[in-house]
Amino acid sequence: MSRIAARFEQLRDRGRTALIPFVTAGDPSAAVTVPLMHAMVAAGVDLIELGVPFSDPIADGPVIQRATERALAQGVSLDDVLDMVRQFREQDTETPVILMGYLNPIEVMGYETFAVAAHGAGLDGALIVDVPPEEGHTLVEMLKTQGLDLVYLLAPTSTESRIARIGAVASGFVYYVSVKGVTGAGNLDTAAVAEKVGLIKSLIRLPVGVGFGINNPETAASVARVADAVIVGSAIVSRIEALAATPELIPEAVAEFLTGLRQAIDEVDAHVA
Amino acid sequence: MSTSPDHLGLAGFDSAGAPHASSGAYNWPDAGGHFGPYGGMFVPETLMHPLEELRTAYERYMADPQFQAELDADLQDYVGRPSPLYHAERWSRELGGAQIFLKREDLNHTGAHKVNNTIGQALLARRMGKTRIIAETGAGQHGVASATVAARLGLECVVYMGEVDIARQEANVYRMRLLGARVVSVTSGSRTLKDALNEAMRDWVTNIDNTFYIIGTVAGPHPYPAMVRDFQAVIGREARAQMLARSGRLPDALVACVGGGSNAIGLFYPFIGDEGVAIYGVEAAGDGLQTGRHAAPLCAGRPGVLHGNRTYLMEDNHGQIVETHSISAGLDYPGVGPEHAWLKDSGRARYDSVTDDEALRAFHHLTRTEGIIPALESSHALAYVHKLAPTMRKDQTIIVNLSGRGDKDMHTVASHDGLVL
Ligand SMILES: Cc1ncc(COP(=O)(O)O)c(C=O)c1O
Repeated sequence: MSRIAARFEQLRDRGRTALIPFVTAGDPSAAVTVPLMHAMVAAGVDLIELGVPFSDPIADGPVIQRATERALAQGVSLDDVLDMVRQFREQDTETPVILMGYLNPIEVMGYETFAVAAHGAGLDGALIVDVPPEEGHTLVEMLKTQGLDLVYLLAPTSTESRIARIGAVASGFVYYVSVKGVTGAGNLDTAAVAEKVGLIKSLIRLPVGVGFGINNPETAASVARVADAVIVGSAIVSRIEALAATPELIPEAVAEFLTGLRQAIDEVDAHVA
Repeated sequence: MSTSPDHLGLAGFDSAGAPHASSGAYNWPDAGGHFGPYGGMFVPETLMHPLEELRTAYERYMADPQFQAELDADLQDYVGRPSPLYHAERWSRELGGAQIFLKREDLNHTGAHKVNNTIGQALLARRMGKTRIIAETGAGQHGVASATVAARLGLECVVYMGEVDIARQEANVYRMRLLGARVVSVTSGSRTLKDALNEAMRDWVTNIDNTFYIIGTVAGPHPYPAMVRDFQAVIGREARAQMLARSGRLPDALVACVGGGSNAIGLFYPFIGDEGVAIYGVEAAGDGLQTGRHAAPLCAGRPGVLHGNRTYLMEDNHGQIVETHSISAGLDYPGVGPEHAWLKDSGRARYDSVTDDEALRAFHHLTRTEGIIPALESSHALAYVHKLAPTMRKDQTIIVNLSGRGDKDMHTVASHDGLVL
């Protein structure tokens, strides 16, 4: 069983909703990322999404665009991000880590080289924003050979037949993008999310994470009522941005924010149980 | 062979895999929008269903005689088609080789080939019930062509343009504003065309319910490369018929500049099955390919994935897209339409490049010998003709796509010559 599947099984047994943070690797500097990952685990996150910086992040709003630019200014590459995962694994062999990014850096590295290197580094999966299942077959096969999951997105615009088809090829978990828009968008409509997640769960067996637009404990709690995982990105990244000049303060500040989200989610979980 | 005036791109949607692989006819893309290994739909999930809706509407209306009649009438009465095929006799004599014919897309309403495509997509937008159109623009020509059709159809229009391009194409920015469009300055990344395209994609994903994204070239995810090609193919269909009517035979060579590749594919496509016709695409070599300061992905890049498709790109060793340079804003793009990538690999078309200086010399030369001021983009094609024509016999012919007029480039050329207008 993959580390991701094992983690979700564990969570289900304990009646706990996963909290998944997203941070851009190398933002604001490469030295911050690994200590930050450990601090987030200590604050109660269950899986980590590491963003791989790419020059043309079409699915990202201004907050993550700027994080990407900060990381690229440090020259952070896909190789460097895999190195960070390797370092993280020196102390933590339990927490699943997936990469989130765009296809081109992987195209240039080569699918097979990437899959082998990712496995060697201790990575558990990848979510490639611009790879829908229609274009994913080769990559999925390469990753599978190395025991890695390819996590697919679902969106408000995904039809029932698409959801079912994606469910048939996805592994690990599926990531429901809660709004039509880019990362960091506001106005998550809780009722609409609940309805769509209900539909997804009726069609797909995998755990369903929900992300985009979750930026406070209240929204995290309402999403926790319907989803298996609450995914938070821009709200964390904007806290990192605010402390970019004093990076030593970043792990603690992010941990504090995540602790608040974790508590809100735990209350929902306790209630449901 | 695929030389009839029908919209041949449609057949490819009906079957999976290499279309008509057995018959040998050129019939790309396949059902998934692939041209060999290129093209495809590399977009976030949110866009997949809207792209499917677009493809369905496009297929339906391209086969709808009423839509076609409306499109043809607009191309004739509003754009001014057919555009002339002009024999540049004096220029041909000076170069001392092949007879050169200019396909006069510069005479279209708004001054470039771009409007052939925006008319088509805007009619489609209206049929699909969209009330808002968005566009990206580099030189501003596609932005102007989009703002123009939006004004005519009463649609809201937002144009994304890089901050750098806004500074060098002031006149076009003003034209767009006069036409009622909102021009949004894009300050992310390299602040040029590629970043404008990124921003337009972000807008589209956010406003998908009421918004139609008019992409200005044969790039982007399927069905855009095929759809834009089919709207631009009117250039090649006319040129082919005009040449046959005039000389009773096909041209020996075609030449067009390649930015994203829409004016080039528009000319080339109806001739792809005519094996005797040599096809040359001309990229922007900027300061020279060896300097790295250029915009020539086919000549000096390698395959990758950007803006929804796989194609040749200018990128570094880590897969980051690098900044491009060309004196011509309309060619300043790090990618190229996937069909050109395929035509290059398959050997059906050849791609070469000319520098800023060569393009400028050709700009001045055509202006002085024929009394026609070409766009700097088109001047790249002209500069290549300077090299090609003298290698050919006097009884041979070249059709070169004069994709636009040079009015928009007065400031750029003047400042290059040390003048301030
Ligand atoms: C006159 C003219 N020619 C050519 C181009 C390049 O685009 P494409 O390669 O799509 O024809 C542009 C783009 O702005 C243009 O304005």
